[in-house]
Amino acid sequence: MKLKVLIQTEAIDLDKEHRLLQDSDGSVGAIATFYGTVRDSNENRRVQSIFIEHYSGMTETNLKNIINEAKERWKISAATIIHRIGKLEVGEGIVFVGTASSHRKDAFQSCDFIMDYLKTNAPLWKKEKHDRGEDWVSSKESDQIFARSWKKGGD
Amino acid sequence: MIKLVFFASLREALGCESLELEFEEPLRLSEMIKQVEEKKGKHWGEVLAGESVKIAINKEIVVNDELLSDGCEVAFLPPVTGG
Repeated sequence: MKLKVLIQTEAIDLDKEHRLLQDSDGSVGAIATFYGTVRDSNENRRVQSIFIEHYSGMTETNLKNIINEAKERWKISAATIIHRIGKLEVGEGIVFVGTASSHRKDAFQSCDFIMDYLKTNAPLWKKEKHDRGEDWVSSKESDQIFARSWKKGGD
Repeated sequence: MIKLVFFASLREALGCESLELEFEEPLRLSEMIKQVEEKKGKHWGEVLAGESVKIAINKEIVVNDELLSDGCEVAFLPPVTGG
């Protein structure tokens, strides 16, 4: 299986990543992707930009572990996670997750699983600059619930 | 010597990115936090022992009161918010 994890400040080249997933294996018949972008509002505040930091080294290992766990559960021939760090403006991409498989269910579900686990496990933190100042974003209970729903026996 | 590192809101609450600490064996995580509190003040103890704070030793999350080893890196992580 082809596994790719990148933490970068640069913009994500969606066409290139999509093509790499497609070309990863001749058996690929389904690619599922998620692309998260910066919203212009959050909790009734007008967002101006966000800043993302991470724990270098731990993040990469953590994201590789998440892909390996997805590989145990679904038939995927390639998986990519790219997460940006640094200052990002409204509308810019934050994260790209893509999985390739022979069939759509494996692609969809593994992509969804990777995002849920990334949001609750990977050591990344967002700070929001908004119309009333700036704040570290707080974690959401709903994200914990989504991640827990994938526990074996619970999905 | 052990290295402590603090991230995001914890770093800002402490006004400190990292700290090096003399190390004398044996030392458990909870004892180390106590030492830091004695040295730096009550505020530090409160921040580091916060309910939502996760701790990683050498970049792996730990849940128990581990024994620390010389040269290790102990990271204090607030709840993650990537994605």
